[in-house]
Amino acid sequence: MSITVNGRKQLELFQNVQQLLKHYGLENRIVVVEVNQEIVMKENYEMTSLSKGDVVEIVHFVGGG
Amino acid sequence: MNNRYARQSLFLGQNTQQRIQQAKVLIIGVGALGSASSEMLARAGIGHLTIVDRDYVEWSNLQRQQLYVETDVHHKLPKAIAAKQRLEQINSEIIVEGIVKDVHGLNIETLMQGHMIVVDATDNFETSLIINDAANKKGIPYIFGACVGSYGLTLPIVPGETPCLHCLLHHLPMDTMTCDTVGVISPIVQVTAAYQVTSVMKWLSGIPLEPIVQSVDLWKEEQAKIHVSKLKNPHCLTCGEQPIYPFLQLNQQMKVGVLCGRDAVQLRPGQSYKYSLEQIAENISKQVKHLIVNPYLLSCQFETYRIVFFEDGRAIIHGVSDPMLARVVYNQFIQIGGSGQRVQV
Repeated sequence: MSITVNGRKQLELFQNVQQLLKHYGLENRIVVVEVNQEIVMKENYEMTSLSKGDVVEIVHFVGGG
Repeated sequence: MNNRYARQSLFLGQNTQQRIQQAKVLIIGVGALGSASSEMLARAGIGHLTIVDRDYVEWSNLQRQQLYVETDVHHKLPKAIAAKQRLEQINSEIIVEGIVKDVHGLNIETLMQGHMIVVDATDNFETSLIINDAANKKGIPYIFGACVGSYGLTLPIVPGETPCLHCLLHHLPMDTMTCDTVGVISPIVQVTAAYQVTSVMKWLSGIPLEPIVQSVDLWKEEQAKIHVSKLKNPHCLTCGEQPIYPFLQLNQQMKVGVLCGRDAVQLRPGQSYKYSLEQIAENISKQVKHLIVNPYLLSCQFETYRIVFFEDGRAIIHGVSDPMLARVVYNQFIQIGGSGQRVQV
């Protein structure tokens, strides 16, 4: 089982997007998530399951400059 | 004529070079991102650069805010002034306007007037959302950027075409927007500013800006790039069918805000005043230590607090993180300084 997150292979197992965000400590942050080039809306994080070969991109918003 | 833009013109073409030299660009915030982008834009020959910042130069800025030097810290120069001086040394053929101001909902539209594009180099969402409202209202493209740690992100916003910042952030409770105090390394500042400035150059070249939010983490060697057209919200209060620009509405009360990671609080009166800093200095001189006055601000040690007081009545109080206490200190200071030393503007 391996997915790609922000260009890097991720070997751990995550059932859905919500779990993945939790792993990165981003569950309460402002994020935009894309799975296989499709944006996943916030309300669908839990029901969007992840499987082998998925390509995930996560951008989180920060304030700083 | 010298050939200072020769290499750039070879890449961008003569027409774009001319457009750059006629362009008027607004940079909001000249901390780390604003230093980096304004230096690149000044070197590129942007005809008129306006830089706005509310803060002054401190030691902790020098590690990454490339326009500033140690003497700026000694003189407690406002960043907008120190930056203007340095940018004029870099390129004397352009106009650099430095404005010492806290950007808010009531002054942002005037500040933006006449500019072709805006670079967001602020350090907080609150101001970014104000810029976003004004940019959308006035139809001026705006390049969002932010960075902390070794991570940075950018997003170009073109009113009427792309989603706006509010579309992307709308589902959040505002109180989760606390700022990060985890520190930052300078390379990510350069990368984030590089993306922002590239967007400005593309826009001035006539190339449409795509709504792509782009992030990089230099330390973790990760990056992401997401096309966000789908997130444009037709009911957005900023860029939707019936916009009300909620962040431009500011009440007239004193605004008190804790400054991130600095053990300091900023206070800004709802009314705009013009104080005589020299008069205040005279009135308080016996009760404070380490008094410094320059044409823009007054700095002193008052009891256990360090107060930096600006001409417009705004103050940054160091040594306090409780807004209530900061208000008390501010009022005491004004009483001694003499609130008669001001005129309403």
